[in-house]
Amino acid sequence: MARAVTRNRKIVNTALAWGIGLLIFFPILWTILTSFKTEAQAISDPPVFLAFDWTLENYGIVLERSNYMRFLWNSVIIAGGSTVLGIIVAVPAAWSMAFVPSRRTKDILLWMLSTKMLPAVGVLYPIYLIFIRLGILDSRTGLVIVLMLMNLPIIVWMLYTYFREIPGEILEAARMDGASLKNEIVHVLMPMAVPGIASTLLLNFILAWNEAFWTLNLTAANAAPLTAFIASYSSPEGLFFAKLSAASTMAIAPILILGWFSQKQLVSGLTFGAVK
Amino acid sequence: MGHIRLNQVSKSFGDVQVIPPLDLTIEDGEFTVFVGPSGCGKSTLLRLIAGLEDITSGHIDIDGADATNVPPAKRGLAMVFQSYALYPHMSVRKNIAFPMKMAGLPEAEQTRRIDNAASALNLTDYLDRRPGQLSGGQRQRVAIGRAIVREPAAFLFDEPLSNLDAALRVGMRLEISELHKRLKTTMVYVTHDQVEAMTMADRIVVLRAGMIEQVGSPLELYHTPRNAFVAGFIGSPKMNLIEGPEAQKHGAAIIGIRPEHTDVSKTEGLWKGVVGVAEHLGSDTFIHVHDTGLADTFTVRITGDIQVRHGDTIHLSPQMDKLHRFDARGLRID
Repeated sequence: MARAVTRNRKIVNTALAWGIGLLIFFPILWTILTSFKTEAQAISDPPVFLAFDWTLENYGIVLERSNYMRFLWNSVIIAGGSTVLGIIVAVPAAWSMAFVPSRRTKDILLWMLSTKMLPAVGVLYPIYLIFIRLGILDSRTGLVIVLMLMNLPIIVWMLYTYFREIPGEILEAARMDGASLKNEIVHVLMPMAVPGIASTLLLNFILAWNEAFWTLNLTAANAAPLTAFIASYSSPEGLFFAKLSAASTMAIAPILILGWFSQKQLVSGLTFGAVK
Repeated sequence: MGHIRLNQVSKSFGDVQVIPPLDLTIEDGEFTVFVGPSGCGKSTLLRLIAGLEDITSGHIDIDGADATNVPPAKRGLAMVFQSYALYPHMSVRKNIAFPMKMAGLPEAEQTRRIDNAASALNLTDYLDRRPGQLSGGQRQRVAIGRAIVREPAAFLFDEPLSNLDAALRVGMRLEISELHKRLKTTMVYVTHDQVEAMTMADRIVVLRAGMIEQVGSPLELYHTPRNAFVAGFIGSPKMNLIEGPEAQKHGAAIIGIRPEHTDVSKTEGLWKGVVGVAEHLGSDTFIHVHDTGLADTFTVRITGDIQVRHGDTIHLSPQMDKLHRFDARGLRID
């Protein structure tokens, strides 16, 4: 009997998990489906789910009209650059918070995280002016810097959580063994924290890839990444849902594939420290 | 060389003073053990010597040079940690090589020292394994190997055996003692286990609440404890400490009698009591005697085969020449 109960429960749980998963995934699925419809089918009422004339026309038009590769390349540079730069800045910060904490360390961490609660638009104007002054408006350098700063609190927080799991005695052993601070971090701390650093890299790459506020407001033509590519299809001359969906699908495809192949790493990264 | 001198060294964490100013000299080549109950500051003292904690006041000299502000890496000391603190991502060989790599020693010299250490510590077959693939005892050997190859001025051991099981602990205790005899390098060893202290040390430093209670050879501490705390701490089973009228008879506030310095008889003796638990170790028997009117429990250690059972009444007579007397402050009266 007990066995039957657990089995039933397992089936219910599985069904429930799939149900919730599909519900969350549905908008993306709908976008992908719509990208294969004609413009007329895309806005038909009642909507058609699968029984439509599958077409690649939208993709053809989108690729013809915009330079997809340039947007893609900008996204890669901006997301990759801001993430790597963020890690370089965050590792020493997280090291000091995890291994030589002061009475104020917790406060600093919380304060850093609280900056994420500030609406970004609140600092748009000053940042815009600074960018003009520095001549980095619509440049990849400018976006790398601003996205790095936006995600830095999360990067520091994640690395701090990982570093805290590393026994301090091992770093002390390295110190006793004659390692300088640099050697202690490069030869002992970083190799031990590789899984954590990888998760942090991945998550922040995705966050930076999806970031739309700054990338839309601080770029025009030169440095525009895929977010701007999508936005360009919600155009003033009327909404073309099928083409917008095709553009969106092309913009999210790379990160979706990356996420798919690294989901194990991502999940363990996000739940790290929650369960010992 | 490995001569360490602490001069008025103190340590506070915030407002809490864990080590009041103390002086201590550790001679070159000596095996010194810091022993005391948990929280007595013995590990903190070792970490101050290592440089892993900054001292609040005073100064530390190593081999005559002021090392107070020298970082741990530059003090020429090697440390073995309770948790072994091996680098989990490196093979045993790389773990042992790490300090030499940091010191920039030539490859050939590194290899020579690794091979020597490995053969001395029975690690030759494990050099390519990771620490995770080793047993506790083997890990501890790797940690010791990593310390040896540096040829340090002194070794610092922070409760290195407390993570090992009892049988292994006895074996490793011997190995470390033999290592000291062979290398003749200064060793400072922290433990809460007075048996380790007694068996390994040239000199024992007994600590309580950050203060040095007594410094001396194991037998000095055993025969002439300076106060009641040291008397109770050193020796196993513990010394019986008796207060009240019985102590006053001997002109003291407290008298102490070691379990092995008490004669037992079934028919006559100075004191009388009822046997509680008798622990038979084969060579010895520890009898815990109740209802003596002296203390809650009076422990006696007897050799041979006196048959006693729970509930038996027995008579106890202390060997008067082995009696320890302490005044009201707990200090020894000679």
